[in-house]
Amino acid sequence: MVNRIADLGGTEGWGRTKVPTADEPVFAQKWEGRAFALTLLSMGRVSGRNLDAFRHALERLEHPEYFGDTYYGRWLNAAELMLVDSAILAPGAVEARVRKLRGEDVEEPPVPEPNKPDYAPTAAGSLRSVEDPPRFAVGDVVRAKDMQPEGHTRLPHYLRGQRGVVEMVQPAALLPDTHAHFLGENPQHVYTVRFDSRELWGADAEPFALTDDLFESYLEPVS
Amino acid sequence: MSETTSSERLPIELRTEALEQLLTERGLVDPSVMDKFIQTYETSVGPMNGAKVIAKAWTDPQYRERLLTEGTSAIAELGFKGPQGEHIVVVENTANIHNVVVCTLCSCYPWPVLGLPPSWYKDPAYRARVVREPRAVLTEMGLELPAETEIVVRDSCSEVRWLVLPERPEGTEDMSEEQLAGLVTRDAMVGVAKVKTP
Repeated sequence: MVNRIADLGGTEGWGRTKVPTADEPVFAQKWEGRAFALTLLSMGRVSGRNLDAFRHALERLEHPEYFGDTYYGRWLNAAELMLVDSAILAPGAVEARVRKLRGEDVEEPPVPEPNKPDYAPTAAGSLRSVEDPPRFAVGDVVRAKDMQPEGHTRLPHYLRGQRGVVEMVQPAALLPDTHAHFLGENPQHVYTVRFDSRELWGADAEPFALTDDLFESYLEPVS
Repeated sequence: MSETTSSERLPIELRTEALEQLLTERGLVDPSVMDKFIQTYETSVGPMNGAKVIAKAWTDPQYRERLLTEGTSAIAELGFKGPQGEHIVVVENTANIHNVVVCTLCSCYPWPVLGLPPSWYKDPAYRARVVREPRAVLTEMGLELPAETEIVVRDSCSEVRWLVLPERPEGTEDMSEEQLAGLVTRDAMVGVAKVKTP
């Protein structure tokens, strides 16, 4: 399971939630703002400003890179990974520059020949029109597939195999599972599916409803 | 990163500076464009935008109707659109139903109306636990809901973004739209708080 690091829903061992404060700054430290802006711009340097590829890069980080540098550090680490993947940056280029900044005598790797994925978006953003009508309608009972894809997906583990009811049909959007790998947009209908907490977490769970917005291929009908 | 062989983790501040230098030198990034991005999200894109939307919905029944049926276009009427706001669904919190929003897979958040997410929203504890024990989580965060209130957790794993229309607090009948906007908080629009009577 390659994508478990980011898939936190229902996992245990995190302790208490943080109590919100009203006056929290947008960027707690100056570097966070730089990392935020650098990440957005870096994504635009790789084919198609691919947000799904960025999310997949986040999932491929090692534990310290994901959790150890806080949120925008995680972004920067994923941006660097995408840039190295596309040979816009040489492996080790950032580390060498850091050592140089510290006054060390290091040789920086030469700038590589870029090797960007072959992809150009068919439209801006992630919403697309789909000719086929939606397979499911509001009120339909569906099951989230119990799938274990090798690559990126937006079907969280805690919903796999679970039964729910379609609450809303949302605009179609490009499928993250292929788009994240630059393997095509494959737009699909998206459904807001409502689940019951006791089916998800057992009879002793707090009673509540939960919805998630799931792509059509994540779902199968329940007769 | 995968090529890094040293056991030392380099400070993220320096890594950020290094990457900015490398990309700037090659003309791939313009620091003045970075400055603009940062300034935009520090000053003009934030929960004050969402607060205007909510205050208008509280005072204009027709707008409220549009907001709850066609959230994205109703929000765009006030000039709020952009990244992470392609399709915004607005759900109403009432005395009986309480919606609360999360993104368990990353930290998806409706930027045009709320800005960038706060630290608690990005924190693993919130992402992991609010889909499993929302009442316990809300209590920890300072919101005690009556036992009979139905909680609906909205996990946003696609590009759909969720905004909560909080309940208008009692005793605000005489307040103007602008005054009302001043009461609306980010936390109430995510669903981890209620708007309080001033």
